[in-house]
Amino acid sequence: MIVERKELSFLEKTYLPGIAQGIKITARHFFDTVSGRKKVTMQYPEEKWTVPEGYRGAPYLVKDQEGRTKCVSCQLCEFICPPKAIKITPPGPEVRDELGGVEKGPEDFEINMLRCIFCGLCQEVCPEEAIFLMKDYSLTGQSREEMIYHKDKLLELGGVHNDTIMKWKKKDEEARQQASFH
Amino acid sequence: MTLQDILIATAKIVAFVGLVLPMIAYSVVAERRISAAIQDRIGPNRVGPFGLLQPLADGLKFLLKEDFTPNYVRKAYFWMAPALTMIPSFVVFAVIPFGSSLFGEKMVIADLNVGILFTFAIVSLSVYGIVLAGYASNSKYPFLGGIRSSAQMISYEIAMGMSVIPVFMLTSDPQFYATGLSEAWTTFLAGTADLNLSRIIAYQSGSLFDWMIFKQPLAFLIFLVAAFAETNRLPFDLPESETELVAGYHTEYSSMKFALFFLGEYAAMIAASALMVVLFLGGWTLPFWGLDEPASNLFTGLLHIAIFIGKLGIFMVFFIWIRWTLPRFRYDQLMNLGWKRFLPLALANIIVTAVWLWFRS
Amino acid sequence: MAETTTKDSSQAVQPQVEMVRIKINGMEVEVPKTQPDPITGKPVPTTMIQACAMHGVDVPHYCYHPKLPVAGNCRMCLVEFGMPAVDRNRQPVLNDDGSPKINKMPRPAIACATAIAPNMEIYADSDGSKEMRKAVLEFLLINHPLDCPICDQAGECKLQEYSYEYGQAESRFVEAKVHKPKQVDLGPRIMLDDERCILCSRCIRFTRDIAGDDALGFFNRGSYNTLGAYPGKSFDNNYTLNTVDICPVGALTSKDFRFRMRAWFLKETDSVCNSCGTGCNTIVSSREEVIYRQEPRENDAVNSSWMCDHGRLNYKWQASDTRLDAVSARRGDVREVIDWPRVVDELSGKLQSFAPGEVAFIASGQMTTEEIFLFRRLAEKFGGLRESFPNVGEGDHLLVSADKDPNTNGLFITGFTPAGEQGRNFQSIQDGIRNGSIKALFVIREDLIARGMDAGLLEDLQLLVVSDIHRTPTTDAAHYILPGCAHFEKRGTFINVKGRLQKFMKAVEGPGASRPEWEFLHELVHQTTGQNGFSTIEGLFNQMAGEIPALAGVTWASIGDTGRSVELPGA
Repeated sequence: MIVERKELSFLEKTYLPGIAQGIKITARHFFDTVSGRKKVTMQYPEEKWTVPEGYRGAPYLVKDQEGRTKCVSCQLCEFICPPKAIKITPPGPEVRDELGGVEKGPEDFEINMLRCIFCGLCQEVCPEEAIFLMKDYSLTGQSREEMIYHKDKLLELGGVHNDTIMKWKKKDEEARQQASFH
Repeated sequence: MTLQDILIATAKIVAFVGLVLPMIAYSVVAERRISAAIQDRIGPNRVGPFGLLQPLADGLKFLLKEDFTPNYVRKAYFWMAPALTMIPSFVVFAVIPFGSSLFGEKMVIADLNVGILFTFAIVSLSVYGIVLAGYASNSKYPFLGGIRSSAQMISYEIAMGMSVIPVFMLTSDPQFYATGLSEAWTTFLAGTADLNLSRIIAYQSGSLFDWMIFKQPLAFLIFLVAAFAETNRLPFDLPESETELVAGYHTEYSSMKFALFFLGEYAAMIAASALMVVLFLGGWTLPFWGLDEPASNLFTGLLHIAIFIGKLGIFMVFFIWIRWTLPRFRYDQLMNLGWKRFLPLALANIIVTAVWLWFRS
Repeated sequence: MAETTTKDSSQAVQPQVEMVRIKINGMEVEVPKTQPDPITGKPVPTTMIQACAMHGVDVPHYCYHPKLPVAGNCRMCLVEFGMPAVDRNRQPVLNDDGSPKINKMPRPAIACATAIAPNMEIYADSDGSKEMRKAVLEFLLINHPLDCPICDQAGECKLQEYSYEYGQAESRFVEAKVHKPKQVDLGPRIMLDDERCILCSRCIRFTRDIAGDDALGFFNRGSYNTLGAYPGKSFDNNYTLNTVDICPVGALTSKDFRFRMRAWFLKETDSVCNSCGTGCNTIVSSREEVIYRQEPRENDAVNSSWMCDHGRLNYKWQASDTRLDAVSARRGDVREVIDWPRVVDELSGKLQSFAPGEVAFIASGQMTTEEIFLFRRLAEKFGGLRESFPNVGEGDHLLVSADKDPNTNGLFITGFTPAGEQGRNFQSIQDGIRNGSIKALFVIREDLIARGMDAGLLEDLQLLVVSDIHRTPTTDAAHYILPGCAHFEKRGTFINVKGRLQKFMKAVEGPGASRPEWEFLHELVHQTTGQNGFSTIEGLFNQMAGEIPALAGVTWASIGDTGRSVELPGA
């Protein structure tokens, strides 16, 4: 395709109207900003924005309303995590009672927030609804080690997620009702 | 030259440098704040009230950064280049009359009768700093930047020099100095010759329309554009041109050496602005309220300096404004403009002015 | 675990077997009429599932296992099929073009227990067959807890795989599921989750027919049918963990591996067990340089699909605290850590300062064949006495060998120690040290003090070089310690008690400065004899094979994944 180049008039060839036009535009922006008529930036640490719904912030672990750690250490999030930010230490074979009817829970759960890209695949893949991307976006620390969040910290930051199904509890209750058969 | 002369000159130099250095520092702040406003941002506002202490923070940063010299550079030239960029910009200030008089002393460090020639001589030197930086870095981008710079500066110097000739053709009117001047001016100009910069101010002091910007608008336009090119400011910052040459001639520089280039650019801007104020905007005078004559008391003397700085500030803001408005010229466009447009125009301007003067006489 | 019948075993009996023409999914194929029974070895009619497997058609199944008797109780392998039609005189009915007319059978058959017949047509992938699989899966999942997130089998579970391939996404079962015992302690190494069990009875058949320990059975009826150990019987024979391998779901789990790592993270490396002379083929599963489990790898010439529990769990020493991870030299009483180039330099210098016969060499059946070969070269150069020790324990009727070293035949075949002469030079070496005719000792993978040598005698030596992987009293006495690699950490070959030459691959890195023995032996041989060698294991093996008559014509590549038999000296 051949684009016809428009022949410039004498005035346009002097560049002057173009320059004047540019100066006009920048001047408008300058005065808009200086007078405060238009505002697009925010004084960040003093002013904060309202984090929208569905925002993908830092991933944290949650407990259910009965205080049980929902994670069962299936390690699917560790598997799916694109930057390999998650590392789960499985509990090992010892039978534990503190997990509330679930045989398995994480011994430790580490998320390296320096590696995390906040993609939300861990939340999507979690079969137990145990990990959620929350609204935290400003994570800081003094060292790399500090930026690796461990289980306790993740649970504390994650708080409680109201579980309407309570799968494991229901299963446990069902089994108790049938106990007479065994 | 007596000891007293030397002391007075020293005092003037110290005072002047004390004035210019903060101006350089704050023009950097101005650049950042104005560019921010143009781009709908806020700019640096954290250090001190309204970010006014930002230059201190910047200076500290430059001083504390590692002064790194790559091991493949030509060391002597590499170290010399930043100084060579900074010094000419300062030396130019020596002949600029930045005020009328204080305590009976003329507010110009060296009241040379060849002021304008001196200025052009010194301005030509500033190309060496940049060319040397490009050569000494021993690296391709700085080298390209240096080459561009030399071609650009030489081209525009010619247009610049040609453009001011009509101004002096007008001002070297002996009849004007013989009859048209008040007593204060006559005393003030005693012993000066045609190329003395104070004479030009005197010539423009009569009324607003005596300013050369109105008498020689074409000369002003050419001088203004050439000043942009000479100071490597956008739209003519081809020696630096981040998008093509990383950082051009100062790619390999860091820390205080880089800062010298950086501040040298602003010093050059101030020098060019000062020159334009003197040549085209009536220098330290204003054509009313009696400010059109050399000061007779301290207050007026200080006011004249303030007027000079005010006019200078207008040019500085204009420099900055243009930078954030116009994109960079292509190299061939730059050469076209310099040689094929401005040089003939400047020559034509000389001839037209000469014809007019001949006709008038 | 691979469950296909290997071609080797089927072809061995083929010459006498009549071939039958059948059609599988419309593809005309020939299959042998009979197959050897997995337990007795007697020829029995070929089943549809075997015929399909021979021609690459996968029929989903749970209870069928090629190495176990057929049970036919899971119904997963139901397929539609057709038979040649016969008229009332039992004569074949022909189509117009003369080919036999095929009638599709009104009811499906289980492929694992239905013998093939001439001209039979199997429709393994027909819509009807798929519909049946879907229905069977729905039944199997009725009482299944669907606790995949906490189930160790997830990722290698047939229930998951077939559900994904053939099942339906939603369950129509709205009633409460039957709950069965969980976390049943079945034996010292086995944990059972009865809810997950699909009652395929593979474990029962394995332990009864292969391991010969009839310990497991089904109890209760209908929905409450559960697997368990017979009252008073403990499921604790030496082969229990094989049931974990063959369990198609997550019902039987290994206590050792339970909740340690998910299967999908594990890197699988082909290896060979070093716990006894049988040399069971194994798969070593590791992640990030940590070994998590060892499983048998199918090799009908050695271990079929099984291995003993002892050998399987005998991998933890690889990561023990006593591993040697630094090269060190003892100067007087001070031990100095040095690097490999320096130790090779110093050693080759010192070894050459002794007169012929003043250095004795002691090897071990834990070394690879290549290492023994290089060690023999070194010993020949210095003309010293050579010794290795027999390592005899208890064997059993199935896989465990009485020889506890994996490579005793490697010692024999390379001629380091002639067959039957292990342990004979030990006394002469001790006497030699005592009378001063032996001044230096080079020991690899043996603890001489545990073998009964007097610790004081080691002090008399001018030079004691010990290479081992663990710290022992002998390494403590050594002038030079050369940390070696476990077989998990290097490549090499073992020759088992039956003369099977088998190679193993590197699964994990050795700790610290440890280095495969053949590497530094190669450097020592090179520096002391001036002979060039190979710095790759392939080259080294091929060089060795060229010099040892029993290995003539064998190359590293031709060993293959399952090894090859070589002729043993004196056999």
